[in-house]
Amino acid sequence: MDLYEYQGRDLFERHGLPVLAGGVAETPEEARAIAERLGGRVVVKAQVKVGGRGKAGGVKLADGPEETVARATDILGMDIKGHTVHKVMLAETADIVEEYYFSYLLDRANRTFLCIASVAGGMDIEQVAAETPERVAKVAIDANKGVDVATAKEIVAKAQFPAEVADEIIEIAIKLWKAFVAEDATLVEVNPLAKVASGRVLCLDAKITLDENAGFRHPDHEALVDQSTVDPLEQAAKAKDLNYVKLDGQVGIIGNGAGLVMSTLDVVAYAGERHGNVKPANFLDIGGGASAAVMANGLEIVLSDPSVKSVFVNVFGGITACDEVANGIIQALALLEQRGEAVTKPLVVRLDGNNAEAGRAILDGAANPLVERVDTMDGAAERAAELAAAGV
Amino acid sequence: MAIWLTKDSKVIVQGMTGSEGSKHTRRMLAAGTNVVGGVNPRKAGTTVDFDGTALPVFASVADAIKETGADVSVIFVPPQFTKAAVVEAIDAEIPLAVVITEGVPVHDTAAFWAYNVEKGQRTRIIGPNCPGIASPGASNAGIIPADITPAGRIGLVSKSGTLTYQLMYELRDIGFSTSVGIGGDPVIGTTHIDALAAFQDDPETDAIVMIGEIGGDAEERAAAFIKEHVTKPVVAYIAGFTAPPGKTMGHAGAIISGSAGTADAKKVALEAAGVKVGKTPSETARLMRETIQGR
Repeated sequence: MDLYEYQGRDLFERHGLPVLAGGVAETPEEARAIAERLGGRVVVKAQVKVGGRGKAGGVKLADGPEETVARATDILGMDIKGHTVHKVMLAETADIVEEYYFSYLLDRANRTFLCIASVAGGMDIEQVAAETPERVAKVAIDANKGVDVATAKEIVAKAQFPAEVADEIIEIAIKLWKAFVAEDATLVEVNPLAKVASGRVLCLDAKITLDENAGFRHPDHEALVDQSTVDPLEQAAKAKDLNYVKLDGQVGIIGNGAGLVMSTLDVVAYAGERHGNVKPANFLDIGGGASAAVMANGLEIVLSDPSVKSVFVNVFGGITACDEVANGIIQALALLEQRGEAVTKPLVVRLDGNNAEAGRAILDGAANPLVERVDTMDGAAERAAELAAAGV
Repeated sequence: MAIWLTKDSKVIVQGMTGSEGSKHTRRMLAAGTNVVGGVNPRKAGTTVDFDGTALPVFASVADAIKETGADVSVIFVPPQFTKAAVVEAIDAEIPLAVVITEGVPVHDTAAFWAYNVEKGQRTRIIGPNCPGIASPGASNAGIIPADITPAGRIGLVSKSGTLTYQLMYELRDIGFSTSVGIGGDPVIGTTHIDALAAFQDDPETDAIVMIGEIGGDAEERAAAFIKEHVTKPVVAYIAGFTAPPGKTMGHAGAIISGSAGTADAKKVALEAAGVKVGKTPSETARLMRETIQGR
């Protein structure tokens, strides 16, 4: 889960990192109240999870409450690269003397964590790394040893931070690592980490990604999810404990296993190239079990998507036998009818693997006119795309 | 001979008394796996009956190894306890630990991996969030269905469980030496490269199927390894060509971040290393069939 800057600022503050005072507002009036509290000049920053907001006009300075209201009014509702601005963060301003870069992140390839630091902050670090790699220091962090004073000193030396900020950056490096671990983050990025006129070093931005697998030890993280930007179908699916991602196509997809479902999306997209350019409407992995109840929940979510014109149920019977899956589909359709949600869109079902013959016989026996059986994944994808194209 | 898991492997189950653990212990036994016991400190000294096979429960992995000579542990404990279970297996120096558990925090996986490195990597870790390892006709450590395919001469390594089953099923007439599910998490113990190296050295493996998916650059690194070190034919499949950036597709590691981790980049890297890449699972199976039968 990616956090907004204001959530990151709050998190940094809780962990004792040096940040500027600030607050978040959803309306110009809320912005006024915060500006009055902060006093003096403030910066008004659009809260979107996409880079380049400054260039897009999403960051403005304001002198006093009246100007703050005007700037907040400008920025709220603005579209930045397809993201609508619903919130603005307000913060004190600082006279920046130098801008640095500092981050901790997961290093998948080396199965450990990595610190990236640079005295060339304030811009895209990937660009700095491409143009002047010698200005970007990378230090591997042992997951169990973490960042102590010695490691922090190594980072400071390698990144060539100026001597007058070394002590402050060492302290920030240690505190930031503690926050990274305590919050189960996979990324904490401070850009810029800035030296200001007073000589202090402050975290002026915060980009944080949290590990959702660690949610069980962070009940407070749930509140950080911005429900207003979560797709309503994804919300409904989550409430039913389904692994669902909304996409922009017309063919509803239900399958078992993340890899098989990803593969199904691809095969449907290829078939769509021959049938009106239809595309997969969603990712939905119902997992290994695929009981009637889970299948019914899955079908209910997929069929409630108005853009879905046909549904492709793609199951490989591994541990689960296909006859159980076939019964699950038939029962799911009956269950939906009982719930008053009669199915009207065609379903293409492909069953393969364990007890596939028995499963196919059950589907044939039920003779539901909306259910069509195709026994290969490629063939079924072709048919589902064709039906979706006809229904569009 | 297969890789890492043979008919002589003695398997214990950490979490054998739990619902998933007991269900799959029964399946592993039915597949002919030599399961010799389980670990649960609270039930140490008791036995559990699996359709006539009574398996002892030990207080620790170390005890189980001492009493049974176990050399493989399959771990089914919930995510909250997975790190402790793997650390215990590492401390007992068991040669192979297969971590089935899904939803392990990545800080925990990174921590037990770092611990394993510090201890000299005496334990091979497979997973987490994986279906395990199966050497058809010999042994089965995990949740891969045992009856998909008989033994044969294809080796398979995959990030995905169901795609593994699909490919094993499509090529069941040829058969498999070993299938290794390495899991879809961002940090995993055994990598594509580890399995490719082992298959290259395995006299009973003639060709290799490699299944990858979006996220990270493990497939690109595997491609570089194949170019340098693998002389046996490799056929690959990558899932997620049409996945949008920034969305996690089921597996915690399956996410395109910015421009990194796309299926296209992986395909290009593999093809540059001489690997045939199938567009769909069935095309991949066909490519493997042609490769094997053309020899």
